Amino acid sequence: MSMPMYVPPEQLIKDRADFAKKGIARGRPIVVLEYEDGVLLLGENPSGSLQKIGEIYDKVAFAGVGRFNEFESLRVAGIRYADLKGYSYGRADVTAKGLANAYAQSLGQVFTHEVKPYEIELIVAEIGDITADTRIYRVQFDGTLRDLDHFGAIGGDDDQLTSRLEDGFEADMSLASALRVGCDAIESLDDADEVAADGWEVAVLDRGNGRRKFHRLDAATIEAARQ
Amino acid sequence: MSSDARRYLSGSLPIDAVTPHASFVTLLDAEGLAPHWDTAAGSDMDIPEATTVLAIKYRNGVVMAGDRRATAGNVIAHRRVQKVFAADGYSAVAISGTAGMAIELIKLFQTELEHYEKIEGTRLSLEGKANYLARMVRNHLPLAFQGLAVVPLFCGYDESADEGKLYTFDVVGGRYEEQDYATTGSGGSEAKSFIKTVHDPQMDEPAVLRAAIEALIAAAEEDAATGGPDLRRGIYPNVVTVTAQGFVEIEEEQIAAIASDALEARP
Repeated sequence: MSMPMYVPPEQLIKDRADFAKKGIARGRPIVVLEYEDGVLLLGENPSGSLQKIGEIYDKVAFAGVGRFNEFESLRVAGIRYADLKGYSYGRADVTAKGLANAYAQSLGQVFTHEVKPYEIELIVAEIGDITADTRIYRVQFDGTLRDLDHFGAIGGDDDQLTSRLEDGFEADMSLASALRVGCDAIESLDDADEVAADGWEVAVLDRGNGRRKFHRLDAATIEAARQ
Repeated sequence: MSSDARRYLSGSLPIDAVTPHASFVTLLDAEGLAPHWDTAAGSDMDIPEATTVLAIKYRNGVVMAGDRRATAGNVIAHRRVQKVFAADGYSAVAISGTAGMAIELIKLFQTELEHYEKIEGTRLSLEGKANYLARMVRNHLPLAFQGLAVVPLFCGYDESADEGKLYTFDVVGGRYEEQDYATTGSGGSEAKSFIKTVHDPQMDEPAVLRAAIEALIAAAEEDAATGGPDLRRGIYPNVVTVTAQGFVEIEEEQIAAIASDALEARP
C-alpha cells in the first residue's frame, strides 16, 4: 500500500481558495446599493432568462456570481428554506440573517469536505420598514460571512468596484441616482465596455411594493434613469 | 417522518438537489411537515363550518365575495371569518366547508403558487392553478366522507386568453369551468337564485359589486348559517375583484356603503 503524499493543511486551503477565486474572477460582478426606499441589486447579464438576482421571500433577495449551476442550487435551497420557515412559523420569522448563516454553513461545508469548492459568491439582502433596518450580507466561497454597510460588490474586481461605489454613494439617494452610480461603477472597470440598457439585470427590494417587496426593473426604466 | 426530515430548518441547507422540483407540498411531505388530520369515523363533534361564497363574471373579469360567519352546529362560532383570499397576484380563491381545514388548504395553495413562481421565474397558467387546487381537494376526499368536506371556488385572470375565468369544484376533486357565475356553501342556492335574476355578462363594476353583496344578503335572509352585513358591529362581506390589473380587495368603506344602501332597498 502506498502512502498518500503529505500536503500541509495551509497549502491545501490556499490551493482550494485560489481555485475558487480564479473561477469567481472570471464572471461578471454584481453590485448592491441602498437607496431611499430600499435596496438595489444590479449586474451585467446578457441572458434574459438565466438570472443571477432572485426573490427569496417577502423582504429578502438573493444575488449570486460565479458558476450558474452552483449558485442556482443555493437559490432554490434558499427559497425552500424561506417558504418552509414562513409556513411553519410566521412570515416575519424569515430573515436575511438566518438565510445568510445557512448559506455560510453550507458553503463552509462544501469548501472543506467536497472534491471541489464552489466557485461562487452570494449577496443576501433584506429591507426593513426604515433604512436603518436594512441588512446586506456577503457570503464567500469558503463560508466567510460579512455584513455590508450600505453598498458592496461581489465577483471580479470587487475591490475596485467597492471604491467606486464609495465615491458615488450618498445616504437616502433616489433610485435613479443609485442606478447611475451602480451602472457607472461597473462600466468604469478596466476591461469593461458600455452596456446596452437591455444588457443589465436589475431588481429592487422596495418599501412601496406591498407584501412582496422584490421587483425587477425593465430596460426602459434603466434607460430613463441613466439619461 | 423520513430519516432526513427537517433538513432545511436545521442549520446548513441541503444543496444536493440537482434537479429542483418546484412543488412546495412535495417538499413539505419530504420534510415531514405536511398537515395531517386523522379523525375517527362518524365523529359527532361540531366543528366550525364556513358558508356562502360566490363569484360572478363581469365585463372586466371576476368578482368574488363571501359572508363572514362560521357556525358549529347551531352555534355561531365566529363572526369575522375571512373566506375570500388572494391566491396570487392574478387569482382569488374562496372556501366553504370545514373552516380550519379550508383555511390551511388555502395557506398551502398560496404558498405553493408563490413557491413555484419564485423557483421557476414564471407564474403557473390559470388552468395549471385550477388543476392543482382540484388535486388538493381530491386528496382531501377521505375526510369529506367523514363529514369534513372542503369545497373551494377559484377565479383568476387568464393572461393568455385575456379574460377572467371561474372554476367550481366538488368533493371528489372534479373541476368545472363556469361561464357566468357560481356559488357554494349552505346559502349558495339562495344566492344563486338571486344572481340569476340580475346577471348580465356585460355588467360594469358598480353593478356587479351591488349584485354580489345583495346576493349575500338574500342568502343570509334564508340561511341561518350565513351572516348578513352587520351595520351595528361593522361586519361586512369580503369582496374582491380579479381583472387584467390583477387582484384587488375592495375597501371596507365602499362595501359598507353598498351594503347599507342595499339593506334599505330590500323589500
